Amino acid sequence: MELKTKIHAEDGKQELTITREFELPVELLFRAYEDADIVAQWMNTKVVQLENRKYGAWQFDTSDDKGNIVFTASGVYHEFIPNQKITRTFEMGNAPFDVQLEFLEFEALDEAHSKLTMQIVYRSGALRDQMLKLPFKQGLNMAHNRLQEIVNKLK
Amino acid sequence: MLLASQAMTAGTIASNFNTARPTVSKHLAILTECELLEQQQNGREIYYHLNPNKMKEIADFIEPFRKLWDDRFNKLEDIMKAYKPKK
Repeated sequence: MELKTKIHAEDGKQELTITREFELPVELLFRAYEDADIVAQWMNTKVVQLENRKYGAWQFDTSDDKGNIVFTASGVYHEFIPNQKITRTFEMGNAPFDVQLEFLEFEALDEAHSKLTMQIVYRSGALRDQMLKLPFKQGLNMAHNRLQEIVNKLK
Repeated sequence: MLLASQAMTAGTIASNFNTARPTVSKHLAILTECELLEQQQNGREIYYHLNPNKMKEIADFIEPFRKLWDDRFNKLEDIMKAYKPKK
């Protein structure tokens, strides 16, 4: 089966590209980026700010089950062209990572299908690789916790 | 590493370590549950061998990043397929 979401990350480059085709008209795909309630649902976060215009700010806060904020991200829009393009900065709060630049291009394939191309530019190739590894590390932590649970059962 | 060259029984694996046999068995049970090892019955003996596909999955560090975005986009697609515009 072909993967729906693809990552293109060339060795040594300081950028990567995420592409995805959706069984959605481009207007609906774009709506998922401009409507705060919908963003909150699919990003599983609280949308604190979402000013859909040039130089408008955005901010998402993600909390754990107990309501503690575990992740915050924010940035500014530099382009906001409905159904076509979003250019924005992205910065993680309380993290030692430099801000990144994101270009999101929305394309209608036909009346019912669309494609998103998301190009992310990092300050350096090393930073890009660090960011790529974050979910990997989280996955390892989860696997480690699972191992711990199993070992505890064996005791 | 031992199992990279050939399949082995728990006894043979344990004989390569200064660890009690039950401890080695526990480790093997965990690695089997995580699908990193596969068991193969051969007569009365159980042989363990590496599951190369699983090892590859772990080695590919981009995959969790891809999966994170794939999950998000799948959710986006589901939500928008059910979306009814407010009038």
